[in-house]
Amino acid sequence: MSDDSEEFVLRVENLKKYFPLRKGFLETMLSREEATVKAVDGISFNVRKGEIIGLAGESGSGKTTTGRLLLRLTKPTGGSIFFEGKDIAKLDDHEIKSLRRNMQIIFQDPFESLDPRMTIKDIVAEPLQVQKIAKNQEELEQRVKEALSDVELVPPEEFLTRFPHELSGGQRQRVAVARAFVLGPKFVVADEPVSMLDVSIRAEILNLMVDLVQKKGASVVFITHDLAVTKHVCDRVVVMYLGKVMETASSAQLIDLPLHPYTQALIAAVPVPDPSYRRGDVISGEIPSPVNPPSGCRFHTRCPFAFERCSTEEPKLLEVEKDHYAACHLYT
Amino acid sequence: MSSVLEVQNLTTHYSTLRGWVRAAENVSFRVEKGQALGVAGESGCGKTTVALSILRILPQGGRIRKGKIIFEGTDIVPLSEDSMRKIRWKGIAIVFQGAMNALNPVFKVGDQIIEAIRVHEPDVEKKHALERARSLLELVGVEADRVDNYPHEFSGGMRQRALIAMALAANPRLLIADEPGTALDVIVQAQTLKLLRDLKEKLGLSMVLISHDLSIIAETCEKVAIMYAGRIVEYGDAEAIFREPLHPYTQGLVKAFPSIKGPRVRLASIPGQPPDLLNPPPACRFNPRCPYIMDVCKKIDPPLEKAGTGDHLVACHLY
Repeated sequence: MSDDSEEFVLRVENLKKYFPLRKGFLETMLSREEATVKAVDGISFNVRKGEIIGLAGESGSGKTTTGRLLLRLTKPTGGSIFFEGKDIAKLDDHEIKSLRRNMQIIFQDPFESLDPRMTIKDIVAEPLQVQKIAKNQEELEQRVKEALSDVELVPPEEFLTRFPHELSGGQRQRVAVARAFVLGPKFVVADEPVSMLDVSIRAEILNLMVDLVQKKGASVVFITHDLAVTKHVCDRVVVMYLGKVMETASSAQLIDLPLHPYTQALIAAVPVPDPSYRRGDVISGEIPSPVNPPSGCRFHTRCPFAFERCSTEEPKLLEVEKDHYAACHLYT
Repeated sequence: MSSVLEVQNLTTHYSTLRGWVRAAENVSFRVEKGQALGVAGESGCGKTTVALSILRILPQGGRIRKGKIIFEGTDIVPLSEDSMRKIRWKGIAIVFQGAMNALNPVFKVGDQIIEAIRVHEPDVEKKHALERARSLLELVGVEADRVDNYPHEFSGGMRQRALIAMALAANPRLLIADEPGTALDVIVQAQTLKLLRDLKEKLGLSMVLISHDLSIIAETCEKVAIMYAGRIVEYGDAEAIFREPLHPYTQGLVKAFPSIKGPRVRLASIPGQPPDLLNPPPACRFNPRCPYIMDVCKKIDPPLEKAGTGDHLVACHLY
């Protein structure tokens, strides 16, 4: 349907990624079974043009693997990823390369993600060079300077010849943002882009991303475990647990009126910067192993509202209220 | 209420090839019995240096150059190593950042707790040490039978709890927790913080909680000290500090923690970055980033003085 591909930059359908587990010699001799880690096990969501969508979850939820799948940094085991209407899940690496100018990534670690032996100019210019954009050196430098100005590293001339170690963590992350946006991509995956930065400078990077998204019309898939930030930065949020989507809604709706018990537990656990706030009970237990996920609804082992059906039948992700989806038998 | 710990004008510097790094200067605070003090600040503010100074476990080059650390009435700064050894773990214990990775992977968790007990109390028989290890695990919410597990059989949250159990092995009166929430998922973090609050109540344990995360300090501490570039810039009851932050840095920091409960806002940050402690700015160290800077801020160091109501202290020329 043509209107779909215009409205949605990305349509993810039943996406799966399984990793085989290597077993020890003795175990391989004695058993035939192969264990797999079902890191992403059938997830679906959409991203509109210019939207910032949060992919929220704790460790083991599959959110980072999802981010890598969207960029085809790894090949899906199953399912589809429709980028502007075209399924990129099954393309091989060669075919992906030309599409890569439309999808970029910002990594979590501003110290590891920039090559310490490259100048800032080279770092930001690299995507342009790989994709063979820019007819000559002048144009290359011009585009790099524009990208640096976009992230407020001004005057850009001062930063061109510097090396990463000469910049602060916040400045380095700005370079990472510049590098991600220099090609004018249609979407950017930001994997916990501020969690390694000091708190007092996180906001500037986040606000920068929000502004750039508006200016350039790009979409962002924002991977995070910090729900408080999603409320203030994201338009919509997808909550993941053990490789599955538990709930999807606008950030305001998700935080203020969460439907899924896991989302409720997650929100209840977020610390509140108010000493007079008396928190309720914290849910017990921890995330089970993704090698042996619980049967039926993956959350049933910890869910305060679980009943019999929850352990036998996996709930489908259904639209419970307008644009608010939840995978929970309380609503089926 | 007599204080368990009173730090007076603690000044700790690190000797480097390029000169002294002035990591902590004139730091003063008290911790009352059964209370938790939160030391809040970002990377490089000196909070870990303060913790290491209290336990006298500074790395090579670190030196306490001035000040007193009075633990249960005795200044521990001039104590010999032998005397300090009697205080570490038994009087004051610490749980470090990223504690889950501090367990030795080739020994059972129970054995590591037993080791902690017997190193500090050599007269305890192995049988009794084992019983204590089991009850310590139960105290932190882990089944006692898991003394026989190896660390890899514990989840991240359980390992954190095991480390807290180990820290409590010799019944200390003061527990220092350095970034207890970092590297933990939000639900496990909430469970750990609840555990710390419960221990405070059940055992009358006094605590110093160090973190850059104001939210977790708000949840667990009665008193808060805000550190910036090696100095305490604001100090008082948690309620007062959050309701009415006085120091411009505190105000900026509080704004940087959007509440999940409040309305959607544009996030605020503090422009610039923390200073190089080899060569900090003259007088008030916050002056390059302060929106209210005046001439005097660059000339005279603002002393930490009373302002606002009650115990509220702030180091700022605005007051």
